[in-house]
Amino acid sequence: MPLKINNHPYDLPGDPRVSLLDFIRREAGLTGTKKGCDHGQCGACTVIVNGKRINSCLTLAVMHDGDEVTTIEGLGTPTEPSALQQAFVEHDGYQCGYCTPGQICSATAMLDEIAAGMPSDATDDVSGAPTLTDEEIRERMSGNLCRCGAYPNIVAAIREVAGAAS
Amino acid sequence: MSAHLKQDQPDDRNVLDSTAQGIIGEPLTRPDGLLKVTGTATYSAEYDIENCLEGVLVTAPFAKGTVTSIDESSVTDMPGVIAVISDQRMTPRAIQGTAGEAPITGVCKVDYWGQPIALVVAETFEEARNAAKHLVIEYDADDDAVFDPQAVEPKPDDDPTRQGDLASAMSDAAHSVDVEYDTEGHASAAMEPHAAIAEWDGDTLTVHASLQMLNYNISELADAMELEESKVRLIARYVGGGFGSKLGISQEIVAGSVAAMELGRPVRVVMSRQQVFQNVMRRSETTQRLRLAVDSEGKLTAFGHEALVSNLPEEDFVEPVLQSSHFLYAGENRLLESKTARIHLMTAGSVRAPGEAVGMPVLEAAMDELANEVGIDPIKLRLNNIPEEHPATGLPFGSHKLAECLKQGAKAFGWDSGPRKPRQNREGEWWIGTGMASAARVHNVGEAKARVTLQPDGTALIETDMTDIGTGTYTILGQIAGEMVGLPQDSVLTELGDTRFPRGPGSGGSWGAASAGSAVFLACEALREEIADKVGQPVDTLTFKDGVVSWDGGSSSLADVAGDEALAKEGHYEPGDIAEDYTAASFGAFFTEVAVNRWTGETRVRRMTGAFGFGRVLNAKTARSQCLGGMVWCIGSALTESLLFDPTDGHLANCDLAEYHVPVNRDVPELEVIMVEERDPVGSPIQAKGVGELGMCGGAGAIGNAIYNACGARLRSFPMTPDKVLAAMPDD
Repeated sequence: MPLKINNHPYDLPGDPRVSLLDFIRREAGLTGTKKGCDHGQCGACTVIVNGKRINSCLTLAVMHDGDEVTTIEGLGTPTEPSALQQAFVEHDGYQCGYCTPGQICSATAMLDEIAAGMPSDATDDVSGAPTLTDEEIRERMSGNLCRCGAYPNIVAAIREVAGAAS
Repeated sequence: MSAHLKQDQPDDRNVLDSTAQGIIGEPLTRPDGLLKVTGTATYSAEYDIENCLEGVLVTAPFAKGTVTSIDESSVTDMPGVIAVISDQRMTPRAIQGTAGEAPITGVCKVDYWGQPIALVVAETFEEARNAAKHLVIEYDADDDAVFDPQAVEPKPDDDPTRQGDLASAMSDAAHSVDVEYDTEGHASAAMEPHAAIAEWDGDTLTVHASLQMLNYNISELADAMELEESKVRLIARYVGGGFGSKLGISQEIVAGSVAAMELGRPVRVVMSRQQVFQNVMRRSETTQRLRLAVDSEGKLTAFGHEALVSNLPEEDFVEPVLQSSHFLYAGENRLLESKTARIHLMTAGSVRAPGEAVGMPVLEAAMDELANEVGIDPIKLRLNNIPEEHPATGLPFGSHKLAECLKQGAKAFGWDSGPRKPRQNREGEWWIGTGMASAARVHNVGEAKARVTLQPDGTALIETDMTDIGTGTYTILGQIAGEMVGLPQDSVLTELGDTRFPRGPGSGGSWGAASAGSAVFLACEALREEIADKVGQPVDTLTFKDGVVSWDGGSSSLADVAGDEALAKEGHYEPGDIAEDYTAASFGAFFTEVAVNRWTGETRVRRMTGAFGFGRVLNAKTARSQCLGGMVWCIGSALTESLLFDPTDGHLANCDLAEYHVPVNRDVPELEVIMVEERDPVGSPIQAKGVGELGMCGGAGAIGNAIYNACGARLRSFPMTPDKVLAAMPDD
């Protein structure tokens, strides 16, 4: 089974040391997924694998036989951006832009986690369905560092899209 | 054709207030935004270059001494390995901002732990990384390396300020404070690691690199590589954050360039996150003594600010801790003096807002202590002491909005100017308190050139080697040109980050917008003159709007005016003698509310307001973002950020983003930004000043003051981590 990235099949690499991140950037040529730390500490490499967000630097490409990977390029394009991508532009949810693809992949999957009822540290009642407060957004987006400090704008962008969806 | 201005006089024409397009200052979205959010903006390591090799740096596992041998044969038989590069041209240290030369080369002499000493080049990244780990080196480590700045005799820096008699003023004063603070070192920690792809075609060296100041960087790289500048091209269209760490060229750029020239193939070198931490730049730790005294009216009579910082031997850079202390507050008896200790930790250099980032929080914390001593509102203490002119030089300010910022910020925040006593408000296990601080940052400008071309289709093209490191350069240059020649945002294309373009100052010291923006402004003034000539009307009778130039009784589209030939003008802006006659600076004020946990010492910032005056706002959206970013840095430097060096061997113990704690999303509450209306005719011909750093110049002090107001713990040490807060927490 090939590894699929944005619905395009790829053969797994011959070198087992190749991280999923490096495979995406180099073999697939999809450099929208960023390498910020290579140690799972910054979230810039966040992609969506089989519907769940992961740090692609912390996993090897050969471990993803048959998996479906969605990268930032698979969420939207400059001419057809996703609602979150557009909201990040409107709210200036970035500055340098380097953490941005990871932020948006993370936020996309995070909203699905909320919809699925997954609690977080910011959830008052973990037995009930979480509501998307700003504090929930902040908690759930805290794995994606932004050194430019665009966090308030990132929260505003996510809030707008989540509000429109609910 | 070029338009040149050396600014010797204030420019209070406020041209951009009388133009018709109506986009200057507007919160337009970034033209590069859709590329960034879709992952299609290309950063320096991301160019798909055929036949490109991968290089991985090898670094020194000791702090001081000499590499005596590098055994290339230990790795050359490993799969994919092409070469081991250790060349006299390589630079062991990242180069300081605006150096314009490569002052130190040769990597065998080691001066700090983690210094690059070789580059292993292989066909793939995995092969290069593995070989780099196995490269056998031999070295003689010296045993006399000193890492503690307090353990050596520091040398005084140039130009101390001594006015009056500080000691007498202190002893005669109605109220005074004499306090010592320390601040730990900081890392820029830009999200994009330092990276370069070097290509050599036998004649010209082309390097895609993550850099802030191409105009200086091209000279630095040419010097290091012993090439003519005309044989070097640097490209940095997108830069994933800089914060000072990419002012000068760093080690991977020279190493990659040497490798590309030696091997005849392109070479990509990306530093690991750990390498960025260990060998690019640190902000020096500081020790600061504040002596402040007031008379019975609450007027400062004594102002003493002394600082001890550190750097490696042979480095010129000194963390300019006292930079804004020179002019922020009055006080006729003054002593401002800085000393530098030479130690063997990595290069100390520019990290966002060098100087004020650590000098201002400490000054503002000491001012809070003084306000408590006097028993007056801390805002009033500051309003009492805003000088009419620069207290040492006597030069007037071009514009000065500190008082407005204090007042507007206090009002928006809901500041209670009643008596302030700590430990008045408790919610469960959390003490709640408020604090405030002034903001100040020197204003800088640099020589800048930009070309603006009116195309035959009536659109405009801007070209300059200026960079956009997230600051919004693409956006604001387009707005300036659109405003001047009358075009909507989407009819102006801005091309940046290529040394083939007219050269400018680059991004750093918050000078990019005012400098490069002025060059674009000048080019557009010249364009307007030429358009006036072409339509046969006096320029001051013309209205430029939406691609049409109109006058009493006529109009023409810009496309028709341009005709078949593009009209190109180069603007050339130079700082002039104005700095000899005026002081220019940006000012602001911070207000914050924090919660401090009684049992854990944890501090949470609950809300924060910043009011800032930085001249003309060129784009209210991107300028606000700059202020927000600065305030986030305030939270980091107040509470968590601290470089921790091992005292025995000098290695950086927290050299990654898991151990060096930059603020995460949940550390940052909703932040309020007020941009106070201002035009500074001294700042630049577009009346704009710097904003990129102002937002972090003092706010950490506001947080510290709020911690005291909340729980009564007066800490004199940044960052105020839970262990320190808990140790200083008074008993209930």
